[in-house]
Amino acid sequence: MKAHHLKAEFDLLLDWIPQGARVLDLGCGNGELLAYLNTHKRVKGVGLEMDALAIVGSINNGVDVIQADLNSSNLVELFGENAFDVVLTTQTVQAMQRPDQLIDSMITVGKRAIVTFPNFGYWRNRLQMIFEGKMPVSEALPHQWYDTPNTHLCTFSDFEQLCTDKNISIIEQRVLGKELGFVAQLVPNLFGEVALYHIEKGFGG
Amino acid sequence: MTTASPNNHSFPDNSVGIVVPQTFVINEPLDLVCGATLPNYQLVYETYGALNSDASNAVLICHALSGDHHAAGYHSTTDATPGWWDHYIGPNKAIDTNRFFVVGVNNIGSCRGSTGPASINPDTQQAYGPDFPMVTCRDWVVTQAKLADMLGISQWAAIVGGSLGGMQVQQWAIDLPHRLRHAVIIASAPKLSAQNIAFNEVARQAIMKDPDFHGGRFLAHDTLPKQGLMLARMLGHLTYLSDDLMGSKFGRELRTGSLKYNYEVEFQVESYLRYQGEKFATKMNFDANAYLLMTKALDYFDPASEHGDDLVAALSHIQAESLVVSFTSDWRFSPARSLEITRALVQAGKRVTYTEVESEHGHDAFLLPNSYYEQLFSAYMNRIAAEFSA
Repeated sequence: MKAHHLKAEFDLLLDWIPQGARVLDLGCGNGELLAYLNTHKRVKGVGLEMDALAIVGSINNGVDVIQADLNSSNLVELFGENAFDVVLTTQTVQAMQRPDQLIDSMITVGKRAIVTFPNFGYWRNRLQMIFEGKMPVSEALPHQWYDTPNTHLCTFSDFEQLCTDKNISIIEQRVLGKELGFVAQLVPNLFGEVALYHIEKGFGG
Repeated sequence: MTTASPNNHSFPDNSVGIVVPQTFVINEPLDLVCGATLPNYQLVYETYGALNSDASNAVLICHALSGDHHAAGYHSTTDATPGWWDHYIGPNKAIDTNRFFVVGVNNIGSCRGSTGPASINPDTQQAYGPDFPMVTCRDWVVTQAKLADMLGISQWAAIVGGSLGGMQVQQWAIDLPHRLRHAVIIASAPKLSAQNIAFNEVARQAIMKDPDFHGGRFLAHDTLPKQGLMLARMLGHLTYLSDDLMGSKFGRELRTGSLKYNYEVEFQVESYLRYQGEKFATKMNFDANAYLLMTKALDYFDPASEHGDDLVAALSHIQAESLVVSFTSDWRFSPARSLEITRALVQAGKRVTYTEVESEHGHDAFLLPNSYYEQLFSAYMNRIAAEFSA
């Protein structure tokens, strides 16, 4: 489910994490991100993960982890409201049964949230659809249509529309991609391969 | 102090080998939660591995209902079965005795050598029998802390236990928070459910209604309430197994190819349960009064009750980091109960790791081999070991 970009994503989101923050990582895998944040920001982190071997990996990385299925877990019941400074999910939201509900619970159990996902509207993906008539397969989207866990792929524009509909404020968006940085930043929905969104509950809504 | 001899040729390399139980006599009164006082008491314990120079590598093993201090190794070269948790305690096992100094101790009120209802009451010079006072997890923590003092262990690297043993681990973390760095709580619960208490009550009634029970003074009558103990164990045993496992193990298989239409053993599962019950009541010679006491200790455990039924408040002062483990097919101490502990620990701001091990073995799974369980248990114990060897 998780692609190559992770290290680059970690670096990009690091300054969104306050020193010593309480951090929840949803779909934490082997706990690399929390271990990284612990090294650089001394966070109090906990991960949620379904996969048994990844749990062992997390323990080996010194990361606290709770085994749970994100699709069926009630995060608010498990953690309570505002239990974390930051709730993260990297490259996971597009594989959820209901990404919208996950994002709701993220900004309920956390003061702020960070969501990263691959951009279905990346120009190479669009070209594959238009000219080859095929579902895009790339470094960021490595799976075939029949075995992909990514059942809810979206574009940056789709995600931003969801945030508007839910009265979620986008504090900042950052983009990863192979193309020149400033070009990707100018038209992110076309040139960005992976987006990182820093979000929080909107005001007055 | 080290009682293991790891190089015994008749045992596997990863066995702690021959172990010799030790006795620690405490000649001072023990005020129990129930209000009664024991004038003095003794604890029987075993140790595996060696205590390091700063006594930072000690692990306490808390046993379950019918368990004891003999958690690993063998008592003699002809001993057919090792201690009850031998699969997880030994050189290079999850609780690696090359690195940890492991202590197993028999709880007071039990019947394997520590003071219990079969012990002689110094006031009467008779066995305590039914007069032995009710004991609770809190009392056990007090007695085990005395043992730790004697062994020179001011803080356990970890306290580990399954089922009732997991309740003791929680009690330790709550009552003496500064005396353990890690709490490993396996197949346990923050308190028994009504259904669980009900199962215990049926077991107790089976024992107490046995005509040979004599109000608990069966020893004075030179007899044992074997039927009652057998029934209690049969009931207990079936709640430790899962429906799926019993289905796959026995199904509706008949003992002799056809139905006989009588009350003899017809189905294999009946034969199995009777065998387990008889083994417990006769060969294992478990004291009926001790069985009653252990089931009551289970019933009484409810740390949240002293905090307005708020488990988060009950756990708010613990200092240990926790590992909480449950098993998918365990319906006696279901994963939901372990999640209650986990949730309360998280909400109390404590460090906790939780996992649900896939197993068809029901509650008994915590005692049995399981590849994932071994891996995660080893990984967590490695993490603990890294703290004191680093």
